[in-house]
Amino acid sequence: MNITNVQYVNDPLSGFSNAMIKATIDEVEWWVPNNTPSNTHYAEIMRQVAAGTITIADAD
Amino acid sequence: MSKAAQLAALIGSQTAQTSRNMAYNGAMNISQRSTSVTGIGASSGYFTVDRFKLAPNGTAGRLTMTQTADGPSGFANCLKLDCTTADTSVAAAEFLILSQFFEGQDLQRLKKGTSEAESVTLSFYVKGNAAATYTVELYDADNNRSISQRFSVTTSWSRVSLTYVGDTTGALDDDNANSFIVNIWLHAGSDYTSGTQNTVWQTLAGTERANSSDTSFFDSTNRTFFMTGVQLEIGDVATPFEHEDIGTTLRKCQRYYTRWQSTGANNWPRFFQPSYVDNGYVSGTFSFPVQMRTHPSVAVTGTWQGQGADGIGTGSVSQDGVTLFCQSVGAASIAGYYADGGSLDMASEL
Repeated sequence: MNITNVQYVNDPLSGFSNAMIKATIDEVEWWVPNNTPSNTHYAEIMRQVAAGTITIADAD
Repeated sequence: MSKAAQLAALIGSQTAQTSRNMAYNGAMNISQRSTSVTGIGASSGYFTVDRFKLAPNGTAGRLTMTQTADGPSGFANCLKLDCTTADTSVAAAEFLILSQFFEGQDLQRLKKGTSEAESVTLSFYVKGNAAATYTVELYDADNNRSISQRFSVTTSWSRVSLTYVGDTTGALDDDNANSFIVNIWLHAGSDYTSGTQNTVWQTLAGTERANSSDTSFFDSTNRTFFMTGVQLEIGDVATPFEHEDIGTTLRKCQRYYTRWQSTGANNWPRFFQPSYVDNGYVSGTFSFPVQMRTHPSVAVTGTWQGQGADGIGTGSVSQDGVTLFCQSVGAASIAGYYADGGSLDMASEL
């Protein structure tokens, strides 16, 4: 997966911080649920973070 | 045993199973994302026919993947791969694999890892532009074990039947994670072919997964590969393909991917009906048609229109639905927010 523009997003409705991770994955912007290892997008984001190839920006 | 007893036993064994075919979308009838995608080869993913993943690695070869109405008798659709850029200089780590992934909880009937492990038979219809030979590997992701067999392709539709013995080592996890993969190797470098191909269940050995005599799908821009009628079933015999109604197949696929596609501005329902603004935002919930495998990723693509609102986003998501929000544009209430030809995609693939 080609992953770019990775950023945590807060949920403005519930007030939860870092509820989602917004990322461009293979040229499509996806909202990926945080802390969901069974989601393959999340797992790949965390793998690439651990490998040092991407970082996750803080939420606005 | 008398003939009558044999018949009774046979009937009993057949009726004991529903959904005899463990493969998804085997008739290639569901294609939620697209019916044709060109230029595939740089990265892996699900492109057209649901549940069939293409994984290329390191190759300069490119292909078009299509759901097309060119099936054998009794099949309206098939999956077609068409090589558009050849790659005849195959580096060691290159591959192209067509795969289907399975949850372990769906395959407990295999009794894998027990003394009663069942043999399985994989069958499918296939044809190509010329004679070819490829490999099908079954891979147990929970225990890192595999077994491979080769099959031949001709220029006419033929049904391939491959029976794999039961594996008494390594049980599949009874959960929603990836446990088992059917890998069709269409292109492989020496990292996967330099050993003696493993035709018995064993711990994965990288060099034994495919075969050095296999055809490379990327050997020519003339190369095509057609497939349909994929069936994975218990036993030593390929029984007739288990056709299912379109609704059943769609619901099975939607566990892993759901696309809501609007056809225009007047395509109801609007996601956000006229609503009061709460703290500058208004929200709406989209309930999934079936419970998804896990909390899905969500993509909002195409054209959306706000009437007093802008900036659609995903607030929270569960296996059953997603809450979307948008921001009001200075109004105390908004008229609505709708997909004007846009789409909403949810992905929880393995």
